[in-house]
Amino acid sequence: MKKILSKAYWADRDVEKLVGLQLRYGVIISSLMVLLGGAFYLFGYGRMSVPDYTRFIGEGPGYTSLKGIFTGVANLQVKEFIQLGVLFLIATPIFRIAFSLFAFVLEKDKLYIGITLLVLCVIFFSMFGGLKV
Amino acid sequence: MSILIFTIILLIGAYFAGLLGSLTGLGGGVVIIPLLTLVFHVDIRYAIGAALLASIATSSGAATAYVKEGITNIRLGMFLEIATTIGAVIGALIAVYTPTNTIAMLFGGILIFSAAMTLRKKNQEASHEGSKLASFLKLNNSYPTKDGEVSYKIKNVGAGFSIMTLAGIISGLLGIGSGALKVLAMDATMRIPFKVSTTTSNFMIGVTAAASAVVYLQRGYMDPGLAFPVILGVLGGAFTGSKLLTKMNPKALRIIFCVAISFVAIEMIYNGYNHKF
Repeated sequence: MKKILSKAYWADRDVEKLVGLQLRYGVIISSLMVLLGGAFYLFGYGRMSVPDYTRFIGEGPGYTSLKGIFTGVANLQVKEFIQLGVLFLIATPIFRIAFSLFAFVLEKDKLYIGITLLVLCVIFFSMFGGLKV
Repeated sequence: MSILIFTIILLIGAYFAGLLGSLTGLGGGVVIIPLLTLVFHVDIRYAIGAALLASIATSSGAATAYVKEGITNIRLGMFLEIATTIGAVIGALIAVYTPTNTIAMLFGGILIFSAAMTLRKKNQEASHEGSKLASFLKLNNSYPTKDGEVSYKIKNVGAGFSIMTLAGIISGLLGIGSGALKVLAMDATMRIPFKVSTTTSNFMIGVTAAASAVVYLQRGYMDPGLAFPVILGVLGGAFTGSKLLTKMNPKALRIIFCVAISFVAIEMIYNGYNHKF
């Protein structure tokens, strides 16, 4: 653990490469989750008729909040499992920013630590700022 | 129609949307909105939710390679992401108060603009004059080419930043990556070589889309039954497209597709004008 936190460990590895890998694995993992959930969704709901997508009703709390999605996944609901994959996909680029922040901290680039924090703040504001109206 | 049949047809449709988006350089999200609304008659709000996810998936998937090759300018991307994320949040806010027909017409307009942008002449040259602000922000950089590293300098940072804010607003409002506007800001205004501006734009699309996606998810725009075939189909299509692009030069194809896309855009505008959304 101590090794992972030391600067020399990271200097040997190219942080930019890590950012690239993190993006790739984020997409792969989230699409596998969506695929798995989707397969069970088709298995369970495949024969039902298509919901009316022509009118917008909006999704229920089970698909729109962290609590709803996690409760659904805990109760083995397939649609909530797909939604968890969706959540993971949305989180992938956000994690990428956190990764870059880490890289700029190692480089002691104060200007870009500030810029990266600002971008993170904007995203957190849109997450928790109650903008859903 | 049963869910099984619907999902299979949508999966195939999304695959071709991803392929088309990749070959034309428009991005998978842009093609998915007319597919869902005009072909499947899905409400445009669900279509926007699905398109945002398609944009995040294709942009993150493709960014990997370019970041590794060192073409992407990460500092430039991060700096401009201040503009695009703020814009995206504003766009997602305005979306609530914008009638869906207006959104459809605006989308058609942006689609035509994007198609025209992919056909125009690109800035290949690296500029050697930079502004003071660009060097203060450490935006000047270099990128690998066949003839070795080429360094470039950047100017008009303020103007580029403003266009990026607009690109962010459009992206948040319509649920697309608005790569064409991003490239316009970097390529035509900041005089960044084409290869750097396209890869950096692609790198930024995921973050911009995520900033508005968290709002749309909470608003209930993202349906798991649509997200599942759209994400997988578009990713598959984009992957095939990137493999095809290394083997052929799709210049003629690109023109045909862009003309076709413009007709689709006109239909979006026409339907929006007649209040069919």
